[in-house]
Amino acid sequence: MEILFASAVGILTAAGIYLILRKRTFPVILGLSLLTYGVNLFLFATGRLMVNAPPVLNKYAEVPYTDPLPQALVLTAIVISFGMTAVVVMIALGAYLSAKDDQIDMIENDERAGDDA
Amino acid sequence: MNHLLIAPVVLPAIVAPFTIMVLRHHLSLQRIFSLASTLVLLAITLMLAAQAADGTVQVYELGSWPAPFGIVLVLDRLSALMLLLTSGLALAVVLYAIGSGWDARGRHFHALLQFQLMGILGAFLTGDAFNLFVFFEVLLIASYGLMIHGGGTKRLQAGVQYVVYNLLGSSLFLFALGTIYSVTGTLNMADLAVRVAELSPDDTALLRVGAIMLLLVFAIKAAVLPLHFWLPASYANAPLPVAALFAIMTKVGAYGILRIYTLVFGPEVAATAGLVGDWLLPAAMLTLAIGAVGVLGAREIGRLVAFGAIASMGTLLIAVALFTPQSIAAALYYTVHSTLAAGLLFLVADLVMERRGGAIVAQRPMAQTGLIAALFFVGAIAMAGMPPLSGFVGKLLVMDAARGHDLVWWIWAVILAGSLITIIGLARAGSEIFWKSHDASHIREAEPERPVDDSQAQPEEPAPNAPMLPFVACFGLLAGLVLLTVFAGPMMDYTNATAAQLFDPNLYIDAVLGRAEP
Repeated sequence: MEILFASAVGILTAAGIYLILRKRTFPVILGLSLLTYGVNLFLFATGRLMVNAPPVLNKYAEVPYTDPLPQALVLTAIVISFGMTAVVVMIALGAYLSAKDDQIDMIENDERAGDDA
Repeated sequence: MNHLLIAPVVLPAIVAPFTIMVLRHHLSLQRIFSLASTLVLLAITLMLAAQAADGTVQVYELGSWPAPFGIVLVLDRLSALMLLLTSGLALAVVLYAIGSGWDARGRHFHALLQFQLMGILGAFLTGDAFNLFVFFEVLLIASYGLMIHGGGTKRLQAGVQYVVYNLLGSSLFLFALGTIYSVTGTLNMADLAVRVAELSPDDTALLRVGAIMLLLVFAIKAAVLPLHFWLPASYANAPLPVAALFAIMTKVGAYGILRIYTLVFGPEVAATAGLVGDWLLPAAMLTLAIGAVGVLGAREIGRLVAFGAIASMGTLLIAVALFTPQSIAAALYYTVHSTLAAGLLFLVADLVMERRGGAIVAQRPMAQTGLIAALFFVGAIAMAGMPPLSGFVGKLLVMDAARGHDLVWWIWAVILAGSLITIIGLARAGSEIFWKSHDASHIREAEPERPVDDSQAQPEEPAPNAPMLPFVACFGLLAGLVLLTVFAGPMMDYTNATAAQLFDPNLYIDAVLGRAEP
């Protein structure tokens, strides 16, 4: 299970970074999403992988439990990354609509501004 | 527990939603509430600074959960200093935004500003690494809104870059926190410090990876050289009053480095020994160099000030990287100075920008050119580190602190050459914008056969009696710089005491983990 989990984190992260290095906004946003999935899985694994164990202590019996803190951290991270993705989509959409172009770099625009000056 | 400790977080957190929900159609009421809230914040942070000045470390346990389990807010001298600096800068920015009408050019300026203050103040107060991440996100998500405030194609495109870069930084932050948690099993900073010190040497490889990733995250925020690319475009294209507020955001990165690498990964921790000194010092020197060169090469006043801010971060981080109590004290003094100076110059840049556009070329002279020229002159003196203002004192302190270091000649050379290049760059910009423009007006009076230019330029002319509030804000920051120079002695006493407190982390750890309680 460990090898599967670790390679999932690795592949998601690698694909995410590859996509972030692209030139247009849509792949970059997809890359950010993949990267956050990778991060969330990684955070989840920091409490050690455990199957069929609840993240709570039981005072009536000695049953195995999994570390609850990473689950709380992942929950927070998911909410934040979800909100951030929404923000970046809105800003990218605004930039696309006003520039009629979804390139992420601004070289063309800089030159245009330079010519005006 | 002292409930004043959580007030800097709670007050903006209440005012901001109130502004959005109740006052969304009343700009003047928004202004009143925002200004009042910032004034109250300033009063609160003054009180907190007075309380922290005696050297006690105060702890606020959220929900009364004891330290390693619950989230704590911690107030020591360093936090108090940064809180006071933030609220002072915020007051100037609010005054400027109201006076210049920037807050009316888009929606929710004041609410976003309050949210951002909540994030910054929270980041300075929190004693929990994951909570630090959460406050980072709060301040960043507000800064995304402020960054694109007022709209415009270039601003939106720069905004996309800014957001993507910071999201990447946030992901890296989570990776770092996850790595550190998997080794130590805690994220409370004081508890981390204890666990890291107890760790067996076999387990430290992963910890070192986590520490390096965390350093990278803070380096991104602080715009250290290989990771500085986001700053010039973002700051130059953001509304400049907002960029003035962002001047404190790079300091959040520097604060993170200071806090984590004195408390958790202190100099005696074998796993991370030399991380700050060996790696940060060359990076900081290169940052200073690239900032100075950028000042020289900037063709637009917003970029000019942004590169000036990068250069001052370089100086600051050189002092941090030297990592002696003396250099940390100098770094803290320089932090206060460079925040005020960068804020002042961003506001002056906006005054120029509003009147004649940002390009550094000789043009028709603008309204109130004398006053603005004087402010730019003083701000440039402060930023370049010339006497008599506090930049000079700060640079002298940093160079003095470098005296015992192996690379002392390199450090002195970089700081002095950087200052020289910065001075040349600022002088060039100042003479183009103010003096040559002044000359150009005489030329045009002599040969009045270019009516096309004048008719184009006429509508941009601001009202002759432009509002005074922006100047009040600028002079407020200037007064801060002058006070910092005049009271350099007492200020150094405070920063020396702060550095001593930082180098004695047991005080912090005992206070947070409740060992000091009877």
